[in-house]
Amino acid sequence: MTINQQPAPPVTDDRPRHAFEGEELGGPNVVRTGTTSPLQRFWSATSLGRSPGRSGSTLLRHVVAAGIIFFLLTAASANLDAYYNNQFAVLAATLCAALGLTVLIGFNGQLSLGHGAIMAIGAYTVTLIMKHYQDVSPTGDTTEGEFFLALGLAVLIAIAVGVIIGVAAARLRGPYLAGVTLGVALIVGSITAYWRDIFNGDQGLQFVPPPQPQLGPNFQMEQWQLWLAGGAVLVVFVLMANLSQSRIGRNFRAVRDDEIAAQLSGIHVARTQIIAFVVSSAVAGLSGGLLSFIYGGAQPSNYGLQLSLYLFLAIIVGGLGSLFGAVWGVALIVFVPLFIQAHVSDVFSNPDLQQRAAGNFPQLLFGALLVVIMILLPGGIQGLLFRVRRWSVSLFIRGGRR
Amino acid sequence: LERFVNLTMNGLSQGSVYAAFALSLVLIWRATRVVNFAQGAMAIAAAFIDYTVMNATGSYWIGLAAAVISGALIGAIVEAGVMRWVSDAAPANAVIVAIGVTLVIQSILAFFYGSDFLGFETPFSTNAILVGNYALPSPFDIYTLIVVLAVVVGLAFLFGRTRVGLRLRASAFAPEVSRLLGVSVRRMRTLGWVLAAMVGGLVATVVIPVPKGLGLHPNALDNLFAFAFTSAVLGGLDSPQGAVVGGLLVGLTITYVTGYTPDGADIAQTAILVLLLATLLVRPGGLFSGVAARRV
Repeated sequence: MTINQQPAPPVTDDRPRHAFEGEELGGPNVVRTGTTSPLQRFWSATSLGRSPGRSGSTLLRHVVAAGIIFFLLTAASANLDAYYNNQFAVLAATLCAALGLTVLIGFNGQLSLGHGAIMAIGAYTVTLIMKHYQDVSPTGDTTEGEFFLALGLAVLIAIAVGVIIGVAAARLRGPYLAGVTLGVALIVGSITAYWRDIFNGDQGLQFVPPPQPQLGPNFQMEQWQLWLAGGAVLVVFVLMANLSQSRIGRNFRAVRDDEIAAQLSGIHVARTQIIAFVVSSAVAGLSGGLLSFIYGGAQPSNYGLQLSLYLFLAIIVGGLGSLFGAVWGVALIVFVPLFIQAHVSDVFSNPDLQQRAAGNFPQLLFGALLVVIMILLPGGIQGLLFRVRRWSVSLFIRGGRR
Repeated sequence: LERFVNLTMNGLSQGSVYAAFALSLVLIWRATRVVNFAQGAMAIAAAFIDYTVMNATGSYWIGLAAAVISGALIGAIVEAGVMRWVSDAAPANAVIVAIGVTLVIQSILAFFYGSDFLGFETPFSTNAILVGNYALPSPFDIYTLIVVLAVVVGLAFLFGRTRVGLRLRASAFAPEVSRLLGVSVRRMRTLGWVLAAMVGGLVATVVIPVPKGLGLHPNALDNLFAFAFTSAVLGGLDSPQGAVVGGLLVGLTITYVTGYTPDGADIAQTAILVLLLATLLVRPGGLFSGVAARRV
């Protein structure tokens, strides 16, 4: 191994331990060795050991990666049965909202407990428009074009609502913002019950989703759901990754870390915060619209306080510093309940107890995880992975120096 | 007019409950600069213990005592076991941890008691006394009012007239100086939580049996928390008097909206959110604040 004379600057971590530790880029966890050993060039080239001075187009890199993942996804979906296709589709759709929330909370430092409500807006927009098309169509069918139009409108309406909430949120801090957004999460049931002529109260609304395209004899609806949601989440991922590395993303972080310093550097704090809120609302609306497609409708109970809180805890447990944190977190909230559901019968013999355990153990686990992670491991799962990586990198590269 | 008077009475009696619950939030805020998002869950846990003890002993009053004592215990456990260890680098951290605590408490309760609404007996009638067309508060409403008043007066006395209250205030306002003067700030923080959780548990026992919708359920106090938070913010979070006035305002808003709009009960929650938002945007420091300085 090449041994460099130039000593590596120490990786200092003098920031306070808070929720935003484990920053993906430019944060304290990035390995900043001033050396260029072959191994390091390998690390930086593969984007595993991202160093600030890498070359090449970020957009191109992300798009190529997303394309490869989409190809793998479509290949994998053919080999999964309908149930798993459906579950992964739910995961992908939910992940859209979680990625937006990571940008908002993790990168911009604005807390929102109410994104479930914004997903509800997306879901109800798509459902209402599709129901309309279903009613006017002589055969009672809907087409894909209509669905995509509805999805686009859902995003636009979510953006409009995001602007309204975002303007208010930009003036609120800490617990005040948390309280207001908690209120937003709580009123989904209130609004759908009050205007029950439109939203049909607790029962919610259903529509017939457009049929899947004919892509072969075995191409099922569930596969199509996964393709749609998976494609959408990859687009969102690329957009968010690029956004967070752009000037806007830097502004987000600057505002998060120190509002006054950001202001002195010429950043319009309120505008930056509103942009972050709008971006996260837009993808939450998209996420809700996709979910309504997967569920074939919208119900207030699907978008209540629990969804908002789960979304929130997913990104914190996953790790706020990185978009990948949202992936781990959402996978956790989607699959842990399924896993527990499948295994309660091993522990409890009483069916009533089984049902209660299946309904409550995930929440118990998530709540405990949230507390433990906030206290012991503020970087979340992704932060842990970063630490492991930093440790292993230093083992390889710096281990030979002595 | 009759309707207006009746609604006003009703609103004040509901509002007094929000006021008391808001007080428990203000208590913790003043002691530790944390808005306790787990307050609803902690209070409902005390109410479930009340329910269990009451069913076992058959006495409402033993159950009530159990609620207050277990409330104190829960407060101590949550503060010493969890909240004390949260770093205060970002103000949101405590909120996040409190939400985790909420999820844990609610899931444990739902596991043991199920998610059905449980009935909760009271020793007092909840039927209003009618005088002509005017409905006077029911005996239970009066009891509620007495409990709330006792809480308010008790807290005012504790903070204003006792040495412990002085220490509590001192350690909240100037922790460093109090520490130098021999006050155990850590113990005072725990005490603040204990007091608040006792108040929360007590309020839960009077709010649960109200026949207007609430019953004993792990999530029953989610809305109460939102209302109490609004009340506390209306009053400025820092001021106990403000919390009481805020609570009454919230109670009145809810009953007027419920009483004067068709299907008003459904929209009341939204109205409260609008009220909260309007307050925060127009007077972020609450109705009773002077010039507010944002802490950075």
